[in-house]
Amino acid sequence: MRHRALAVSLIGAAALGGCSEGVLDPKGPIAAAERLILFNSLGIMLAIVIPTILATLGAAFWFRSSNWRARYRPDFAYSGRLELLVWSIPAMTVLLVGGVAWVGAHDLDPRKLITSTVKPVTVQVVSLDWKWLFIYPDQGIATVNQLTVPVGTPISLELTSSGVMNSFFVPQLGSQIYAMAGMATRLQLQADHTGSYRGLSAQFSGDGFADMRFTVNAVPTEKFAQWVAEARGAGSVLDEHTYADLAKPSEAVSPFAYRAVTPDLFNSILSAGMRPSDSSSMHHSM
Amino acid sequence: MSIAVSIDEIHRDALPGVSEAGPAAKRIVVGYGFWIFLLSDIVMFSALFASYAVLVHATAGGPTGGQLFNQVSVAIETACLLASSYTCGLMSLAVRSRRYVGVYSGAVVTFALGAAFLALELREFAGMIAIGATPQREAFLSAFFTLVGCHGLHVAGGLIWLAVMMAQVAVKGLRANVERRFLCFSLFWHALDIIWVALFTVVYLMGVRP
Amino acid sequence: MNLLGKLSWSAVPFDQPIVMFATALMALAVAFVLGWVTRQGYWPYLWREWLTSVDHKRIGVMYCVLALIMLLRGFTDAIMMRAQQAVAAGDAQGYLPPEHFDQVFSAHGTIMIFFMAMPFVIGLMNFVVPLQLGVRDMAFPTLNSVALWLTASGILLTNISLAVGEFAKTGWVAYPPLSELQFSPGVGVDYYLWSLQISGVGTLMTGINFVTTILKMRAPGMGYMRMPVFCWTALASNLLIVAAFPVLTATFAMLLLDRYLGFHFFSVAGQGNPMMYINLFWVWGHPEVYILILPAFGIFSEVIATFSGKPLFGYRSMVAATMVICVLSFLVWLHHFFTMGASADVNGFFGVMTMIIAVPTGVKVFNWLFTMYGGRIRFTVPVLWSIGFMVTFVIGGMTGVLMAVPPADFQLHNSLFLVAHFHNVIIGGVVFGVMAGYNYWFPKAFGFRLDERWGRASFWCWLVGFYLAFMPLYVLGLMGMTRRMQHYDNLAWQPWLLLAAVGVAVILAGIVCQVIQLAVSIRDRQQLRDATGDPWNGRTLEWSTSSPPPAWNFAVLPTVTAIDAFWNSKSALAKPGTSAQKLEYEPIEMPMNSATGFVTAFFAVVTGFALIWHIWWMAGLGVFGAFLTMLAFAFRDREEVEIPASRIAQFYRARPAEIAR
Repeated sequence: MRHRALAVSLIGAAALGGCSEGVLDPKGPIAAAERLILFNSLGIMLAIVIPTILATLGAAFWFRSSNWRARYRPDFAYSGRLELLVWSIPAMTVLLVGGVAWVGAHDLDPRKLITSTVKPVTVQVVSLDWKWLFIYPDQGIATVNQLTVPVGTPISLELTSSGVMNSFFVPQLGSQIYAMAGMATRLQLQADHTGSYRGLSAQFSGDGFADMRFTVNAVPTEKFAQWVAEARGAGSVLDEHTYADLAKPSEAVSPFAYRAVTPDLFNSILSAGMRPSDSSSMHHSM
Repeated sequence: MSIAVSIDEIHRDALPGVSEAGPAAKRIVVGYGFWIFLLSDIVMFSALFASYAVLVHATAGGPTGGQLFNQVSVAIETACLLASSYTCGLMSLAVRSRRYVGVYSGAVVTFALGAAFLALELREFAGMIAIGATPQREAFLSAFFTLVGCHGLHVAGGLIWLAVMMAQVAVKGLRANVERRFLCFSLFWHALDIIWVALFTVVYLMGVRP
Repeated sequence: MNLLGKLSWSAVPFDQPIVMFATALMALAVAFVLGWVTRQGYWPYLWREWLTSVDHKRIGVMYCVLALIMLLRGFTDAIMMRAQQAVAAGDAQGYLPPEHFDQVFSAHGTIMIFFMAMPFVIGLMNFVVPLQLGVRDMAFPTLNSVALWLTASGILLTNISLAVGEFAKTGWVAYPPLSELQFSPGVGVDYYLWSLQISGVGTLMTGINFVTTILKMRAPGMGYMRMPVFCWTALASNLLIVAAFPVLTATFAMLLLDRYLGFHFFSVAGQGNPMMYINLFWVWGHPEVYILILPAFGIFSEVIATFSGKPLFGYRSMVAATMVICVLSFLVWLHHFFTMGASADVNGFFGVMTMIIAVPTGVKVFNWLFTMYGGRIRFTVPVLWSIGFMVTFVIGGMTGVLMAVPPADFQLHNSLFLVAHFHNVIIGGVVFGVMAGYNYWFPKAFGFRLDERWGRASFWCWLVGFYLAFMPLYVLGLMGMTRRMQHYDNLAWQPWLLLAAVGVAVILAGIVCQVIQLAVSIRDRQQLRDATGDPWNGRTLEWSTSSPPPAWNFAVLPTVTAIDAFWNSKSALAKPGTSAQKLEYEPIEMPMNSATGFVTAFFAVVTGFALIWHIWWMAGLGVFGAFLTMLAFAFRDREEVEIPASRIAQFYRARPAEIAR
C-alpha cells in the first residue's frame, strides 16, 4: 500500500536523521506500536496533503493573470460533481484515520495490561516538587529519580501526585500519563532492550520543572534481582516522616534509593490528597 | 396601524421575506440582542450547574444537601419569585398601555417579592454558615453557594435595575427607549425565574434524594 | 488594616534588571507617544473622533492598533524564549531564571491569543461587516465602544504586571493545583484572571453585537444566501463567542473564588476537582481557536475570489462547512487532554470527532483551489498571504489530525511537536489571515494603499521565518523534548533550537518590514491614494463606498439582488442603457459619540488593579464608578445626532471619481 512504503521510508529517514533517543526510537512494545500508528496516519494524511499543496501552487502559478494561455472561466463557481468529490475525499480520509484512532485508542489504552507470560512488576509513582518517587511495593524498596526495571517484563504503574499535576513520560518506552493528587492513574510499559532511557515530566509544574528528569534503567532479570537486594542493604527507610522531608521542594535531585518502605505508603499519599485541608501534609512552594 | 388591507390586494411576490426586508426595527433589534445575552447567561449558569453536578457528592465527610436544606423556605422563595414574574407581566402590560399607576405599582410589588426572595435566601445562607457549613468547608458547599449565590446576585442586580427603571420613568416618562429597556428587564426577570426552576429542581429536589 | 492591601514598594521588581529594563522601555514608549500627542495638540481631536467614537470603523481600527502593539509585546516574549532555549543547554542556565522564564511563556500565550489574535480578528470584523451588509453601523454602537475599551483594560492590566508585581507562572492555561493560592501565592495568577475576566466581558458584548447585527440588520434584499462569506464566518465566530465565553467566565470565577475566598472547586483539599477545570477550560478553549480561524477563513475567501476575478467556488458548501465547523467545535475539547486518563471509548470518541471536523476544513481548502482554477490571479500582497496560508495551514492541520489519534498523542502531548502544530495553524491560519485582511482593507480604512514592495518583503520573511522557527520544533518533539523547559541537558537538542532562534530573527525582519511598509505608505500616501474607493476591483459592498467611507457608510441603503452585490451592480452599470440614478439625499440619524466606553474601562482598570492587590475600598469605588457611568449613559437625553442632507450631498459632490450610486 502506498502509505506503507511511505512509512518504511520515513522510518529509514528517521533512523538516519539522528532522531534517536526519542519517540522514533522505541525500545518497547508500546512505543513501537505508537510509532507505527504515527507513521501509518502520517502516510495516509500525506497522500492527501502533498497533492493538495502541489495543486495549490500549480493552480496559483498556472492561473496567474500574466499567463495568457490559461483559460479564464469567470462563471465556474459551482459543480455538483466536484462538490461531491470535495466532501468525500476528506470524509474518506478521515474515516480511515478515524478507524486507526478508534482501534488504536483501545489497543493502547494505558490501563490495558500487556499480554505476557512474565509476571508484571508493579511500581507506584508519586510526582513531587520537583522529583519522582518510585515505590516497589512487592520488593519493599523505593527510589528517587531512578526507575530500574527488568527487561522483557511488563511494568504496571500506578501514579499519583503529592501536589500539582505532572505527566510521567518515558519517550522511548511509550505513552505518558498525568499524575494527579487524590487520584490514581494507570500505565503499562515494557522495555524490550537493555539500556538507559530518559524520563521526564511533560506537564509544567513550577520553577524546578526542567530538572524533573529521571532515568529508566532496563537491566536483565537477574541483574534486577541483584539490584533489589543491593538496595535493601543501604539507604534510609521511607516512612511518613522521611516522606514529609522528601516532599519539601527541591530541584535537580540525584538518584538515590530507600532500603525499606512503609507498607501502603502510596495509598496514604493518595488519600492525603483526598482529605480536606490538612496543613501538615501540604507544603508551600517558593 | 390599520390591518384592514385585504391580503389578496398585495401581490404575493412583492412581499419580501423577513430576511430580505432590510434592517429590523429598533425594538426588535434590542429585544433580539438581549435574548442573545440571556442565552449567554444561561450558558454561564450551565457551567456552574455542571460543576455542581460534578461536586455534589464531594462532601469530604461534611454535611450533605439533605442535611442542610430547608424545603419550606425554598418553597416560599419559589412562590415569591414566581409571583414576582406574574406582577412583572402586569407591569409590562401597564407599560404597553401607558398606565403610569400600573407601572409603578407593578414595579413596587415585583421589587418587594424579589426582595423577599433574596431575604429568605440570605437567611438560608446565614444559617448554614452559622453551623459551620461554609463554602470553605468542602467542594460541594463551594459549588452550592456559588450556583445559588450567582442566581441571587442576578436577582439583586435585577432589583437595582428595577429601581433605576422607576427613576427613568419618573424622569423621562415612557419614551421609546425606556419602553425598550422595560422589555429587556422583563425578559431578564422571567429568565431568572426559569433558571430558578432548574436550580430548585437540580439542587433542592434532586439533591435531597438518598 | 493596610490601606493599600498587599501593595508596597516591594511589588516593583527592582532586583530584576531585565524586567526593569523592559519596564523602562515600555514607560518611555508610552511617555513618548503621550508627549508627542500633547505637543501636537491632538487631544481634543483624539477624544472627539476616536476615544469617544461609537463608529464601527473607528472602533475596528483601534482594535487593530491594539493588536499590532501587542504583537510586538508578545513577539518580544517569543524572542526571549528562543534566545534562552538556544543557549541554556547542558550545564548552561541561560540568562532567564526560571521564575522569569515561567512568566515569559505564560505572558506570551495569554497576550498572543487574547490581546493580539482576538482584537485583530474582532477589529477587522468590526470594520468590514456593517459595510459588507450594506448598513450604517452595528446593532449596539455604544456597547461596541464599551467592548473595545474593556479589552484595552485587560491589556493595560497585563502590561502593568510587568512593572508592579508579576505575571502568572502557570502557562497561559493556568491549570490548578498549580494556579491555586497554595502553589501560586503571588499576584501573578490574579493579574491573569482579572485581566481576562474584564476583557472577556468585552468580548461577550462583541459577540452579542455581531450576532444581532448579522441576523437582524442587513441591507434590503440581502437574504442569508446573498451575504458575503466573510459575514457568514463572522456570524459563526460570534455565535461561538456567545456560547463559549460564558464558560470561561464561570471557570475563572470559580478559580477566583478558590483563591480569594478559600472555596474548593479545584483544590485537592476539600475534595475539589482539578480535572474539572481542565474540562471546563477546554470546553471554552477549543471553540476559541475556531473563533479565531473562522474569520480568517472568511478573509481568504474574499481575497481569493476578488483577486481571481471570479466568484467564490461552492458558496453554499462554504456556508454549510462554516456552520458545521461552528457546531462540531463544541464536541472535540477532550483532545487537549487525552493523557489525563479517560477511558478508551471516551478518548476514541473525541479523537474521531476531531477528525470529523477536519472534513469541512478540507472542503474549504478545495473550494479555494477551485476558485483559483479558471481565474486570472493578480499576485498582490493579500494573495501571497493567502497562498502561503493554504500551504502552511494544510501542514498544520495534518499534524493536528495526527495528534488526534490518541496513541500518537500519548507520546506527543505537551511536547514541542504540539507547540509546532498549534503555531503552525495559528500563525499559518490566523496571523496570515489578519495580515491579508490588513493589506486588503487598509485602503478602505485610510484612503491609500500599503506599499507593495515592503509588503512582499514582509510576507517572505514571515513565511521563511515561520518554517525555520517551527519545523525544528516538530523534530524536537519527536526527539522527546517537552514544552516550557527553561533549560535542558540533552545537547543533541541544541542545534535545532539554534535554528529555531534564527527563524525568529527572520520573522523579526518580517515585522520590521511591516513597520517600514506602514511608514513608507504614509510618506507616499499621495501616490498610493485610492481615489475610486475600489482599488482591487472588488465584489462586495464595502468597495462601493469611498475610501475612507463617510460616517454614515451609505447615503441610501443599497438594494441587493444577488451574491457579490457590488460586482453585480458594477456589471449592471456597465451595460449600455443603464445609468446611475441621481439621488435625493435625506438627513441621516447616526448614533451619538459617547465617553461611556472609555470611562467604564477606566473604572474597570481601577477595580481590577484593586482586586489584584486586595485594596478593597478601591475596588468598591471602582465598581461604584462603573455603575455611575452606566447611569449617566442611561439618563442621557440625546442618543442620536442628525446629519443634514446638505452635508451628505457636499460629501459626494467632492468625490466624482467614485462609482455613482
